[in-house]
Amino acid sequence: MEKMSRVTTALSGSALTGRTMHCHLDAPANAISVCRDAAQVVVAGRSIFKIYAIEEEQFVEKLNLRVGRKPSLNLSCADVVWHQMDENLLATAATNGVVVTWNLGRPSRNKQDQLFTEHKRTVNKVCFHPTEAHVLLSGSQDGFMKCFDLRRKDSVSTFSGQSESVRDVQFSIRDYFTFASTFENGNVQLWDIRRPDRCERMFTAHNGPVFCCDWHPEDRGWLATGGRDKMVKVWDMTTHRAKEMHCVQTIASVARVKWRPECRHHLATCSMMVDHNIYVWDVRRPFVPAAMFEEHRDVTTGIAWRHPHDPSFLLSGSKDSTLCQHLFRDASQPVERANPEGLCYGLFGDLAFAAKESLVATESGRKPYGGDRRHPIFFKRKLDPAEPFSGLASSALSVFETELGGGSMSWFVDTAERYALAGRPLAELCDHNAKVARELGRNQVAQTWTMLRIIYCSPGLVPSTNLNHSMGKGSSCGLPLMNSFNLKDMGPGLGSETRLDRSKGDTRSDTVLLDSSATLITNEDNEETEGSDVPADYLLGDVEGEEDELYPLDPEHVHPEEPEYVLPQEAFPLRHEIVDTPSGPEHLQDKADSPHVSGSEADTASLVPVDSSFSLLSVSHALYDNRLPPDFFSVLVRDMLRFYAEQGDVQMAVSVLIVLGERVRKDIDEQTQEHWYTSYIDLLQRFCLWNVSNEVVKLSTSRSISCLNQASTTLHVNCSHCKRPMSSRGWVCDRCHRCASMCAVCHHVVKGLFVWCQGCSHGGHLQHIMKWLEGSSQCPAGCGHLCEYS
Amino acid sequence: MNRSGGSPSAAANYLLCTNCRKVLRKDKRIRVSQPLTRGPSAFIPENEVVQANTVDERTNFLVEEYSTSGRLDNITQVMSLHTQYLESFLRSQFYMLRMDGPLPLPYRHYIAIMAAARHQCSYLINMHVDEFLKTGGIAEWLNGLEYVPQRLRNLNEINKLLAHRPWLITKEHIQTLVKTGENNWSLPELVHAVVLLAHYHALASFVFGSGINPERDPDISNGLRLISVNNFCVCDLANDNNIENASLTASSFGIVDSLSELEALMDRMKRLQEEREDEEASQEEMTTRFEKEKKESLFVVSGDTFHSIPHSDFEDDMIITSDVSRYIEDPGFGYEDFARRGEEHLPTFRAQDYTWENHGFSLVNRLYSDIGHLLDEKFRMVYNLTYNTMATHEDVDTTTLRRALFNYVHCMFGIRYDDYDYGEVNQLLERSLKVYIKTVTCYPERTTKRMYDSYWRQFKHSEKVHVNLLLMEARMQAELLYALRAITRHLT
Repeated sequence: MEKMSRVTTALSGSALTGRTMHCHLDAPANAISVCRDAAQVVVAGRSIFKIYAIEEEQFVEKLNLRVGRKPSLNLSCADVVWHQMDENLLATAATNGVVVTWNLGRPSRNKQDQLFTEHKRTVNKVCFHPTEAHVLLSGSQDGFMKCFDLRRKDSVSTFSGQSESVRDVQFSIRDYFTFASTFENGNVQLWDIRRPDRCERMFTAHNGPVFCCDWHPEDRGWLATGGRDKMVKVWDMTTHRAKEMHCVQTIASVARVKWRPECRHHLATCSMMVDHNIYVWDVRRPFVPAAMFEEHRDVTTGIAWRHPHDPSFLLSGSKDSTLCQHLFRDASQPVERANPEGLCYGLFGDLAFAAKESLVATESGRKPYGGDRRHPIFFKRKLDPAEPFSGLASSALSVFETELGGGSMSWFVDTAERYALAGRPLAELCDHNAKVARELGRNQVAQTWTMLRIIYCSPGLVPSTNLNHSMGKGSSCGLPLMNSFNLKDMGPGLGSETRLDRSKGDTRSDTVLLDSSATLITNEDNEETEGSDVPADYLLGDVEGEEDELYPLDPEHVHPEEPEYVLPQEAFPLRHEIVDTPSGPEHLQDKADSPHVSGSEADTASLVPVDSSFSLLSVSHALYDNRLPPDFFSVLVRDMLRFYAEQGDVQMAVSVLIVLGERVRKDIDEQTQEHWYTSYIDLLQRFCLWNVSNEVVKLSTSRSISCLNQASTTLHVNCSHCKRPMSSRGWVCDRCHRCASMCAVCHHVVKGLFVWCQGCSHGGHLQHIMKWLEGSSQCPAGCGHLCEYS
Repeated sequence: MNRSGGSPSAAANYLLCTNCRKVLRKDKRIRVSQPLTRGPSAFIPENEVVQANTVDERTNFLVEEYSTSGRLDNITQVMSLHTQYLESFLRSQFYMLRMDGPLPLPYRHYIAIMAAARHQCSYLINMHVDEFLKTGGIAEWLNGLEYVPQRLRNLNEINKLLAHRPWLITKEHIQTLVKTGENNWSLPELVHAVVLLAHYHALASFVFGSGINPERDPDISNGLRLISVNNFCVCDLANDNNIENASLTASSFGIVDSLSELEALMDRMKRLQEEREDEEASQEEMTTRFEKEKKESLFVVSGDTFHSIPHSDFEDDMIITSDVSRYIEDPGFGYEDFARRGEEHLPTFRAQDYTWENHGFSLVNRLYSDIGHLLDEKFRMVYNLTYNTMATHEDVDTTTLRRALFNYVHCMFGIRYDDYDYGEVNQLLERSLKVYIKTVTCYPERTTKRMYDSYWRQFKHSEKVHVNLLLMEARMQAELLYALRAITRHLT
């Protein structure tokens, strides 16, 4: 802000200089206007009306136009405008409906020139003709626009908008006779100054009041309008019908709009409420402002470009009682702060991700996350120099595809359908679920179920001396899990080769979709390394580490012969893994995807030494004589659930949560549970497993989840005559005023339960039909159909 | 007029106004008969409303579509004299009670109860007690404010101010409500609550102003919750001049030739519309006129015989039925004239600096989406509603009259329009009408049938209902403007 900047304008000949600065006014400003010479600015408000000289370093108060003993309402300005031809001439619009002109050339202290009191309501806007010295236009709340000739005492002509209040009037810069007016009801009208009887053209521009409009200084017939609906629209008026060329969506109602000089597509806006900033937009890029000025602490009420040919100085007045000069080079540019990233799922589960080039560039040089990013395909878009936003638009697009086999979620569907969650004793539930998991080849999960059964259903006698022991065991039952996945996932190089082929093919097909002017660079080479080499290294590292880490773990498992639990046969694979795989936290993140379990189970298994496990068989719980409360395990179980959830298998987490019910619920905070539930329900619904998802909702104990089933429980009925939905009552149609459902027995309207025959579609009150069909087998309507009630 | 359900012997079912009680005290033999009036309003003959109703299919449609209770209640029946308006009214009311919004349904009804309780409007309270229970509200809350969550209780202060002296609301009030803490309100919730409060304060004005009768068949199911059956003292209903009121009728209203009165009013309107320029009032003059109007509104009611009762006597009758007061705190807090507090002298609210169209709408719509449009439509509708008739005359431009009514209400809340000449109010609104307006907007619970009858005698009832609609919406807008301005200040 402190630095100086010197800008020269070719057109004015004289150099405009200045810096970003502000000065304090005594009162809130309502409007500002700049003198032709760009050296003075007038500020008007309810209790302020002053002229400031814009000097290099500061604003200097030059003249106070509010003179007189008692402030008059005529001086309570809603708008002010400085004549662009005559630097002595100003006009103000007062809130009490008076239009005042001021002549700075008057020798007396009071510069007030003329007073027009023709409007009955507040005058919202005044506007001088751009080239004519004596023509002034005003628009008022009373719905009228008046044209004054300053040489006469009263208005020359009155234009009636025939609609509500006028919010803005603007003379066209290019067409001598034309002016535009905007209205509170959303309309914009075009008038010929010579024809006060009716407007040339009218169209609805906005939903709600149109607060402002501005003609483009160069492009003939371009009009920008801003409204309460938070939009700025640019209209082309040269065509037969006003055509909307651009539309910018802002975040608050638009109070003022001003085209930026010398920049064909730029315009500045400020808002009326809530938002205090001034934005400069490129209308072709309507989502992010090109520049933003954040100096004001309250809403900005007036903006003006300092010089009609200099795009870098913007002046503004605000409700916070300050007058500001903004320098374009000091503006903040939201684009630079924005993170232009996009993420989207394709029809077949492909994932596209677009990000700033710089971000992607650093990332591709980095080592990828293990299993997370499988074969991304990179596209880089070469920039088209002809495009306007070359600096901003460079981004890279990556497409991730789902693996063919891994993408199959049949295990998920099967599990969801076959799991039993309630209605049986816990032991049975666990056994059942374990069986299901095993049959689907998910031994890990099966093992977990079995463990749960042991923890919560067996007498639970554990000697206190063995506490540590069982602790160690419990925690290891979580960690090894992922290692088993790891192995499979890293699998043979074979797999990655086929993947690579696929990615190549896809690259080609995707090329077609992209802009032909853009050149594509695919990082296939990178991908190759990512896809195969890196995991391979990783695998090696793992294997090496294994043996070392194996032993440190051992002391806890030291006495495999010592009686422990009776483990079912199925548990053996798990035991191998516990013993054989390291427990490193780094594996946690590698293991995001459980879906790949099915793959190369056999290979993995063969890597693992089998023998040691047999010693476990001798374990028997009967030897424990101390009772260990199930509570003791709750920490472990909680960790396990967390682990599953983090791994992406919320199914397991939620199922266990439901099956165990009260036993673990209190250990896991409500929010986490809720999160799991919602994720799981979401997943179930994506797979159209409506029944299961409903069961889950029903069984959930979380309040916010169980009320999911209580929302939108209404089912609307359509009228049988007009086929329209009957919105208000279920039994009478609003449109055809007929009762929709008559009882075939009693011929009255059925308001409660309605039962009908699916054969002949006759029906009625449940009770009546039941009674009828007890005595007769024919339809009560007499259609001859043999109805059945079951 | 104050009412109280104090006298257990005679007034089991209805309440007595001060006058009647005085009379009763003097002469114990006087027996008061049960009110006979039926139909939706105690002020308007039943056939006036019902006649209009049978013709109107549209009303039924609207009720089916938007009514929360599912039946044609008395308010709707009276409002259905103006179907156009009724639609926007019901639509916005339905939206704030039933559609998507930040507050849970029972909360909304409870807030409505709190708002209505400020004016002791048992009609609205009963209605919303039903709805509150129906939407799953906790019955215990109905025992009074000490049974509701602290969060809801915190609304009390703003409810009180909004109902009686909205100009006192500051951003500090908003800040204390939204300040993070256990019982804080989010801004959208607060805006929803404020809209509800303003709506029900204003609706209470309408209920009293139009003399809405209690529903014909109140739900007995929760009969214990039902408060007094009728709010209108028999003396209003019977309309017999008792000793004290006789003097009033004679002195302030006299026997004026009502027809010439109407003609004169229309004449003045025409004059105002045509020649505005002739007398060029200076700015000082205009300001004085506003101040004068403000000041005068001060005496409008207090100068009235009804309230010339000594203050102590007044206080005596201030005991509000405990049924109602359990929903409010500080029951003594009431309207105080904006102009009266000479010493502190709060600045006048300049309408042009914070208008509904520019500012209020944007804020309300931002925080509670779509309600802005509905309210906007409603305000617009009521402001522009006209049939171009006045009593028996047709083709009359009533714009000035409507504007005078609207601005007069705002004037009493200290809102000033720069572009309005408050001299017009004096010319257009006769004294009895001013009494009525002041009562209905500032302390509606004191409205009597006599007040309703005493102004504009030759006008149709539907036109008087139209006046009530204007008063109600003007009041709601004034409250909203003050509340929203405070919220805006809090935000900046």
